[in-house]
Amino acid sequence: MRPERPPTDPDVDLDVPRQRAELRGGAASLLAAIAVGGMVGAVVRHGLAVAFPHPPGGFPWATFAVNVSGCLLIGVLMVLITEAWQAPRLVRPFLGVGILGGYTTFSTYAVEVQQAVAAGATRTGLLYLAGTLVAALASVRIGVTLTRLATGVVRKRSAG
Amino acid sequence: MSVILVALGAALGAPLRYLVDRAVQAHHGSSFPWGTLTVNMAGSFILGVLIGGAAVGAVPGSLVALLGTGLCGALTTYSTFGYETVRLYEDGARRHALLNAGVSVVAGLGAAFVGVTLAGALWS
Repeated sequence: MRPERPPTDPDVDLDVPRQRAELRGGAASLLAAIAVGGMVGAVVRHGLAVAFPHPPGGFPWATFAVNVSGCLLIGVLMVLITEAWQAPRLVRPFLGVGILGGYTTFSTYAVEVQQAVAAGATRTGLLYLAGTLVAALASVRIGVTLTRLATGVVRKRSAG
Repeated sequence: MSVILVALGAALGAPLRYLVDRAVQAHHGSSFPWGTLTVNMAGSFILGVLIGGAAVGAVPGSLVALLGTGLCGALTTYSTFGYETVRLYEDGARRHALLNAGVSVVAGLGAAFVGVTLAGALWS
């Protein structure tokens, strides 16, 4: 009775019947779309990491920028494809799971904190740890809010 | 060359995240994002082992590009983690949102430390 509820999990939300069934509607095309998107996202992330390296104990700006911008973009994407517009079947898997999932990374974030601490830059490591978290969550919220405003979803929802 | 390895690793890691997330969520009725927590912890641990191994010369750079930057990078995600946390908060599940943020960061960091330490113990 809550078909209007936007999904909590942008990868796949099993509470959303359409997403629960999506693997049966052609698993090969779904997983291929995710794989291709993941390749694109990861290659862009890798390119940025190579272009903007940080010294041992330095602040990992490349990963910070990737994760914060990826969070902004997923906020925009999810409002567009679940609240403002009924997206075609492979749009969310390709853009959300694939590209943004491959672009952003939690493992590099965690290991970079460990590496900073190991290099004796504990303060930088903790600043990076907390700074990424705060900036990333704020970015999701900003992306969601601005996209709702731009598409008029807020007015539609509060009127209904 | 490393770009191709990163792309190949990501082509495996991204669908793997989707399938693991789906399988883990299917076993939990709650809205707590156990699936994302699982992939983020697993990826942080594996990358920790690879980076720890590379530091002592036991893991070649090509393997770090393939399995670390590519596979673990695409297996783990900050965008899904961030979106889920904000959605839980918006839905009124504020304790779950705070818990998810806290547990993800602490557990992911812990997994990375354990991975690096284990690699050091294994190969030095």
